[in-house]
Amino acid sequence: MKVLVTVKRVIDPYVKVRVKSDGSGVETANVKMAMNPFCEIAVEQAVRMKEAGVVTEIVVVSIGVQQCQETLRTAMAMGADRGILVETAAEVQPLAVAKLVKAIIDKEQPKLVIMGKQAIDDDSNQAGQMVSALLGWPQAAFTSAITVSGDTADVTREIDGGMEKLTITLPAVVTTDLRLNEPRYVTLPNIMKAKKKPLEVLKPEALGVDVAPRLKILKVEEPPKRSAGVKVADVQELVAKLKNEARVI
Amino acid sequence: MSVLVIAEHDGKQLKPGTTNTVTAAAKIGGDITILVAGHQCADAAQAAAKVTGVRKVLLADAPHYAGAGAENITALVLTIAGQYTHILAPATGFGKNFMPRIAASLDVQQVSDISAVVSDDTFVRPIYAGNAMATVQSSDRIKVVTVRATGFDDAGAGGSAPVENLAAGPDTGLAKFNGQELSKSDRPELTAARIIVSGGRGMGSGENFKLLEALADKLGAAVGASRAAVDSGFVPNDYQVGQTGKIVAPELYIAVGISGAIQHLAGMKDSKVIIAINKDPEAPIFAVADYWLVEDLFKAVPELTQALA
Repeated sequence: MKVLVTVKRVIDPYVKVRVKSDGSGVETANVKMAMNPFCEIAVEQAVRMKEAGVVTEIVVVSIGVQQCQETLRTAMAMGADRGILVETAAEVQPLAVAKLVKAIIDKEQPKLVIMGKQAIDDDSNQAGQMVSALLGWPQAAFTSAITVSGDTADVTREIDGGMEKLTITLPAVVTTDLRLNEPRYVTLPNIMKAKKKPLEVLKPEALGVDVAPRLKILKVEEPPKRSAGVKVADVQELVAKLKNEARVI
Repeated sequence: MSVLVIAEHDGKQLKPGTTNTVTAAAKIGGDITILVAGHQCADAAQAAAKVTGVRKVLLADAPHYAGAGAENITALVLTIAGQYTHILAPATGFGKNFMPRIAASLDVQQVSDISAVVSDDTFVRPIYAGNAMATVQSSDRIKVVTVRATGFDDAGAGGSAPVENLAAGPDTGLAKFNGQELSKSDRPELTAARIIVSGGRGMGSGENFKLLEALADKLGAAVGASRAAVDSGFVPNDYQVGQTGKIVAPELYIAVGISGAIQHLAGMKDSKVIIAINKDPEAPIFAVADYWLVEDLFKAVPELTQALA
């Protein structure tokens, strides 16, 4: 079966972001970029399913600037077979992302779509659920286990109080949670191989999707800072501070 | 304006977060309706009727709402969505699951995880793990919004709204619910606790979390963990506090053996008082702590538990 996986290029999760002084956003110039960690888990899942003989082809899709080709190459070095970039320099919000992904799904007809549950830049946590809504497919968000058997998949979802088990009919969209797997490191030979894999570049207009933002960003600010704390010498002093100063116990 | 709040509940009671979402609805203004959808959940509807500021409760009780599957909840909400200017739900695992599905079905760009209401179309939401706050304005006809509970007070229980039955929507049959495995604990829930004791990689093992449990029981606290501790297999995933786990803001947060990665700070830095215990004097957690103690946790935690006796 064919699987479609989406990957987003984001600021490296270990980089401290800086808000621009004009309040228009965060600084992205000359900042280290990386594949969104949840998308890495999505790629890894697809590759493991291919290695297990369940999946025959992995198509990886990204949306954004030209440099997203690097993110797609990384996914192909992990094991994806070919890439599609919907190239645009504009801001693409989750609903527009979902419409673009749906347009590609309509062409590619995968049986399973695996997406990260959340991008760690805008923290929206929407696109996967939106794609499944637009297709009228089942969804399994925040999954920590997937087993495909025939035309259904048994999934375990992470919920606030523990875990939930569902059986969904295929085709379906699943979004990944952290414990689904631990993504592999790409190796140099695989990076070299990935360079030869096919990568198609499209424009949003070619897919007939209007990507105009619905949310206007009025301003972006630094969060309120916590006032500097106090170092205490020992447990006795800590307890005294909690009782007499903070009055929380 | 008319606001629909979709309640998270366990069939008997509302879950923490729902009443905070009602407060966000009140800040938007207009009539507030709570939708309680589930199976055998009439008690939860009665609880919703008591929330201050609620005009009406809609109860949709049917077997295919057990587990609150996204497909069926969405199909239900779509039968009434046209009557509302705003649809709100808590930004918990519950609301995050189906709200984008509702939004996309209505051709609406959802506003996720708001921490403040500026006006009926403008909201503040954290981005980049809370390292920046974005003020966004929605141009959509219906606003679909998830609400960060820690940004809003509990609405309180001073109401007596009527409960109306709402005809169940279709069973889409897209997903079969096979049950839940919930962690059992006598301690308070993380998102409702007044005090939280959290452990990180420094705990070294799941066994060592007993030290934190003893301290938590002394304080009537919940036990949480950093992603590092969950990834190391010390404790289950539902303990996780952080950007992609639970967002908490208790009166007191005690971080033990947690270095303070930005992903963890994102989940707890709005706590009223933060204390950190770590043997590494350079631990980034100290930057957000009100009180910090540089000491081996295996010495400090039992001492602290003892001192509170």
